[in-house]
Amino acid sequence: MSEGDEPVESAVPMRSVGRLSDGLFRIVMITVPGVYVLLIALMLIADFGYMVTADADGGSAFMAALRQPSIQHSIILSMISCSVVAVLSVIVAVPAGYVLARMKFRGMAVIDAIVDIPIVLPPLVVGLSLLIMFQYPPLSTPLAKLLFFWDGDPNTSISRLVVYQVPAIILAQFMVAAAFAIRTMEACFAQMSPRTEEVALTLGCSRFQAFRRVVLPEADEGILTALTLAWARALGEFGPVLIFAGATENKTEVLSTTVFMQLSVGDLKAAVAVSLIMVVAAMVVLLITRLWGRGRGTE
Amino acid sequence: MLSLHHVNIANGSFRLDGIDLQIASGEYAVLMGRTGCGKTSLLETIAGLRPCRGGRIEIGGRDVTTEPPANRGVGYVPQDAALFNAMTVAENLGFALRIRRVADATIAARVQEIAAQLGVESLLARSPKSLSGGEKQRVAIGRAMIFQPPLLILDEPLSALDDETRSLMHDLISRLLKNSPTTVLHVTHNVIDAEALADSVYQLADGCLKRRPIATTTPESTP
Repeated sequence: MSEGDEPVESAVPMRSVGRLSDGLFRIVMITVPGVYVLLIALMLIADFGYMVTADADGGSAFMAALRQPSIQHSIILSMISCSVVAVLSVIVAVPAGYVLARMKFRGMAVIDAIVDIPIVLPPLVVGLSLLIMFQYPPLSTPLAKLLFFWDGDPNTSISRLVVYQVPAIILAQFMVAAAFAIRTMEACFAQMSPRTEEVALTLGCSRFQAFRRVVLPEADEGILTALTLAWARALGEFGPVLIFAGATENKTEVLSTTVFMQLSVGDLKAAVAVSLIMVVAAMVVLLITRLWGRGRGTE
Repeated sequence: MLSLHHVNIANGSFRLDGIDLQIASGEYAVLMGRTGCGKTSLLETIAGLRPCRGGRIEIGGRDVTTEPPANRGVGYVPQDAALFNAMTVAENLGFALRIRRVADATIAARVQEIAAQLGVESLLARSPKSLSGGEKQRVAIGRAMIFQPPLLILDEPLSALDDETRSLMHDLISRLLKNSPTTVLHVTHNVIDAEALADSVYQLADGCLKRRPIATTTPESTP
């Protein structure tokens, strides 16, 4: 101020923001999501609490459930199918996400909309649609007619090898999980600048080399997120698995269908016990990937 | 060395038509012009990152109009440096040589040499994420220079730097290019860049590329 420290008259009145308003903003912003987080925590605490109080000697129902061979089978099958689905989803999601984020071509909007279908469709409908699809040739055609070198059961078709079998579990889980993985990878590639890739091209890379050496290493966190998300989606998938793969004990029963089966025969303790196994499994996977991601991030 | 013959560029509604340019071997050419006049598009077309809709681009007497970027021998330094964050500074510098399957020992020696010239030896093991703006640009210039490209393209590499760092970069670039056969095309808004570095100055305005004297390139005369 060149004219000393005299207050300057201004046509615009001074703004006066109350501290109360800022304080209120913080309280509202913290309280509303706080209620939601509390609900999640209470939900899980209730599960654990039920297990502890349901039995006189607490936790025995949990161990009893774990000892059942059919539940053990379902745990192992779930872990395997979820891991296979997570890997398959990422294999599809990396190129799909890249194409959706970076390339422009005719019909792009249609493909973009199609990828959303498994996300918005009721899961039950996905299972039913898969079941219907496998009624049609060539999936339902006997393999002996399709493959001249086929010397197995002449009535066997792709449909028979898949529907109500283990591959049906994987396909049902994959149909939904892959869509989520694709959206995750698309967001990951979209927020990466195409500039680094372009520089790599001028430095002597082919498109593939630039993708493999520059884009993929920078997308590692996105890939990890997609992998985790696909794994968790697959673990929770229930409707399509029940319809398309059935829930045959010791064959196609996975954790989500086990919970339903136990519940439907009135064994609430076993249902809660298996639910807790799923909670723990999901948490372990989440924790491992978070820790791994953080370890890489600080390198 | 670099010749553009009636080059046409189209990007959505933006067009540049009939651009002609001749830059001699070893010349340091500065290209100036208003934001949005197509300077970056022109550079990207020369580097092969954007299709050339018409005309011919020659680098070192070779027609590269339809060649992929990798085959053009153009070192490219973008405005934001665009370093590879998943690699160390040393890996960034040696990248072009690794792609060319140069022996590891040779790469290490070349990286040391160029890092010394650029004053980034102490940063070699660091991640690009932890570098300052000036350090990033030095690494980006080294990464583009290491394979000794006949043509170096700089897209406003100094625009985000403070005055002191900018003048240090001028000295560094001059030293790096001294006695080097590399031809440079440098896009900038800044008259000081042009005065410090340019052998010749070109102005891109209203879709026309014209040569202009360096001395009269004052801020007032820049449209």
